[in-house]
Amino acid sequence: MSSDQHISDMHLDVLKEIGNIGAAHAATALSQLLGRKIDMLVPDVKLVSFDEMFELAGGAEKIVAGIFLRIQGDLSGSMFFVLPVDSANHFIRKLIHDDTFDFHANPIAAMGISAMQELGNILSGSYLSALSDFTGLHIHPTVPSLSVDMVGAIVSFGLIEVSHYSDDVIVIDTRINDDADEKTSTVDGHFFLLPDPESYVTIFRSLGVL
Amino acid sequence: MLKNVIRVGIADMNIAKTPHTIRTSGLGSCVGVVLYDETKKIAGLLHVMLPDSTLGKAENLNVAKFADTGIYALMERLKAEGVRPLSLKAKIAGGAQMFQFGTSDTIRIGPRNIEAVKSELNRLSIPIVAEDTGGSSGRTIEFDPSTSTLSIRTVNAGTKDI
Repeated sequence: MSSDQHISDMHLDVLKEIGNIGAAHAATALSQLLGRKIDMLVPDVKLVSFDEMFELAGGAEKIVAGIFLRIQGDLSGSMFFVLPVDSANHFIRKLIHDDTFDFHANPIAAMGISAMQELGNILSGSYLSALSDFTGLHIHPTVPSLSVDMVGAIVSFGLIEVSHYSDDVIVIDTRINDDADEKTSTVDGHFFLLPDPESYVTIFRSLGVL
Repeated sequence: MLKNVIRVGIADMNIAKTPHTIRTSGLGSCVGVVLYDETKKIAGLLHVMLPDSTLGKAENLNVAKFADTGIYALMERLKAEGVRPLSLKAKIAGGAQMFQFGTSDTIRIGPRNIEAVKSELNRLSIPIVAEDTGGSSGRTIEFDPSTSTLSIRTVNAGTKDI
């Protein structure tokens, strides 16, 4: 099955549910870490062009802190946790109790990098373990890797696999919001799950919709 | 004449004539290839994603996605504008390694894209006048056909011209 063929509305609903369950767990984990409520929006599942994929994350040139990892095991794919730099600063300052920390700095303080990687580890771990429980599939994430750079440069790396098959990608996009405090900017982080094209069959079969 | 910036997306290409400039944003492992004619003040820009079209598994091949098919197609576009292939020069940028892991196939995609672009330019006898390749930073590039300058912006190193 190629990424843009034979995907019905029911299949999209199944993928949406995967995003819902995964991101709900991740948002709970994040709320616990930060000691405040982090809201998760209803996930969007879309077939988009690569350029549209960048637009979802703020545009190819927007500077973000991006955590990337590969999913291996019964299904394969790429996963991103993308935060605008200001939001990432906000989270990490709180986590490491250092208000001077800044992802814009060069070099970036090691403490903050490792906190961000750990944050990526915890969030992707909770997302994927929920996904694994729901589908009954064995899924192992690789160690997450962090890059603070332009959206296009970061996210395109996760499109390489898909690009062998197609110029479009199915993205399971879950936005998170933090509007508990109106003075701080809205977080507008994204979880992007990009299953490799050959993994759709596995997902649908595991949930009995194929 | 109003000066416009012509934007090129990922796995895409286009051409620009002076006074317009041509730009592509957020190159990571992808490579931006500029082919230009200094006297005619015309340039083409290609945003290469993969090294080799034999990697493509889609029925409809997007030629602009691959180094081999894309550079040739861009040369043909410029020829259709009256540019002689022998007067073409190239500037290239990109091919970074954004992350230190991936599948065996993708881990070295940046360096492989650079190699493929260079070998195709060599095959077509188009000299590379300047390059800013490799490293681990994303790049946004803009070419001005009136000066043959390629401006490269990175997050940490600001903007430089090659």
